[in-house]
Amino acid sequence: MIMQRACAGTLESSDIYVEIAPAEAGSGLELDITSVVFAQFGEDIERVIRETLAELDVTDASVRVSDRGAVDCTIRARVETAVCRAKGEK
Amino acid sequence: MSKLVKSIKEAIQLAGLKDGMTISFHHHLRNGDMVAVMVMDAICELGIKDMNVNISSVFDTHGPFIEYIRDGVITGIETDYMGGVVGRAVSEGIMDKPVTFRTHGGRPSDIIRGASPIDVAFIAAPTADCMGNCTGKIGKSACGSLGYAFADAMYAKKSIVITDNLVEYPLIDYSIAENYIDYVVAVDKIGEPSGIVSGTTKITKDPVGLVIADYAARAIDASGLLKDGFSFQTGAGGASLAAAKYLKDIMMKKNIKGSYGLGGITAYMVDMLNSGCFKALYDVQCFDLDAVRSIRENPNHMEVTAAHYASPTAKSSAVDSLDVVILGATEIDTDFNVNVHTDSNGYIMGGSGGHSDTAAGAKMSMIVAPLSRARLPIVVDKVLCKSTPGSTVDVLVTQRGIAVNPLRADLADRFKDAGLPVYDIHDLKAMAEQLNGTPKKPVLGDKIVANVLYRDGTLLDTIKNVPVK
Repeated sequence: MIMQRACAGTLESSDIYVEIAPAEAGSGLELDITSVVFAQFGEDIERVIRETLAELDVTDASVRVSDRGAVDCTIRARVETAVCRAKGEK
Repeated sequence: MSKLVKSIKEAIQLAGLKDGMTISFHHHLRNGDMVAVMVMDAICELGIKDMNVNISSVFDTHGPFIEYIRDGVITGIETDYMGGVVGRAVSEGIMDKPVTFRTHGGRPSDIIRGASPIDVAFIAAPTADCMGNCTGKIGKSACGSLGYAFADAMYAKKSIVITDNLVEYPLIDYSIAENYIDYVVAVDKIGEPSGIVSGTTKITKDPVGLVIADYAARAIDASGLLKDGFSFQTGAGGASLAAAKYLKDIMMKKNIKGSYGLGGITAYMVDMLNSGCFKALYDVQCFDLDAVRSIRENPNHMEVTAAHYASPTAKSSAVDSLDVVILGATEIDTDFNVNVHTDSNGYIMGGSGGHSDTAAGAKMSMIVAPLSRARLPIVVDKVLCKSTPGSTVDVLVTQRGIAVNPLRADLADRFKDAGLPVYDIHDLKAMAEQLNGTPKKPVLGDKIVANVLYRDGTLLDTIKNVPVK
């Protein structure tokens, strides 16, 4: 359950900045992706974010990411961290 | 007789500038240049339009060109390099006529042989006398060498010197001589010093860049070319400069006395000259304050014209005697063709400069680049723009290994013997894609926004527009 607004990552090259905010139950995922490599990897980025959120049982949230060319494992790590923070986990 | 006129407008009128003519600029003031825009403002105020602008490089400070293109004041651009600001607008298709890209050697070659005539040349000069003798070595806007401006001054129908440091005749140690100059204009300021030269050029601290630099220096050591009489050029990028530093360490340790350093000159090349690694520097353009000071004070640090530097139609040029050049790339393909004109989305953000000239001239041309940048592998199947033909590119050095052009099996053997990690270029591509995934190619439009000419004037490639969403 996303309790609060949280973020993870940076805007450095090869990193990704992830912001996550609570949304009403049943409202689903609202995903806003900007990326310097959107033309080349846009679909991959969205798929990895959705997979990671699903693994963490996040079904309702507003997620904004600003990608600077992060590889898949970086995207997963940043999303996971943002979710943990948003859930209030230590 | 007086060549001194009161204003740029007056000089333009005296020179007889008319609609549809070609004017030229040089780029030694780099991103600090105020002269090109100052002149375009005057041309616009005089109501003259349809200018073909031949400028050795377009920097972001020339952003106001975009408005002049929209208004029809500028209708053609010929250049060797175009930064991202004007490049983006051109890529989005604001010009009806494609930009003509040349190389730093091809430009003077075409001016001198009459293939790209100039009606009026504007010479931004950090110091000049009233008859037009001028230099970049002194003055508050000092930029060092004026190498790219010589062909313009010598071959344009009319040449106008614009200076912010008018001195008494005769100017001592001039670069461009008065016999080529028609008019002289004094203005308050020709450039912003912080944009003209950087205070210090710094080598990279990035560990990836340092690994690349270490491999690059060791590969040069292993190439068989590093011996007394060695000649060398390197770019001003972080990894290239780090490679120069490592190379210097090797040369000092082995007591190798090189012959000359070439190109755009930085503090690192000056340090190599002063340390005895080279007898001379041939300087077509200074990148930092140390280079400007050195060209002013050290007689072994010499200004060369762009034609002397790299013209393919000169009786000889300095690139012809070059042993090794270190160059950058935004992309390199499996046939070793290199793109330095566009980014991975197809937007113009660079240009050949001396890239293909030195690659053609040097005994070993070496590309240094990380295996990938922001998820984009450096090695691709086919470059978006062929800036430098693969037949002239010998070696790619990345942090994960070195690829050698199959045409240069001799070099591959030497590198392997030296214990360097040599891979097939396809293997480096696969390595990058395993880490990053395989990027999709950007979708480009059908409109040709630029023609890329090789140094001999032949068409090497075209650049297509990027569709605006």
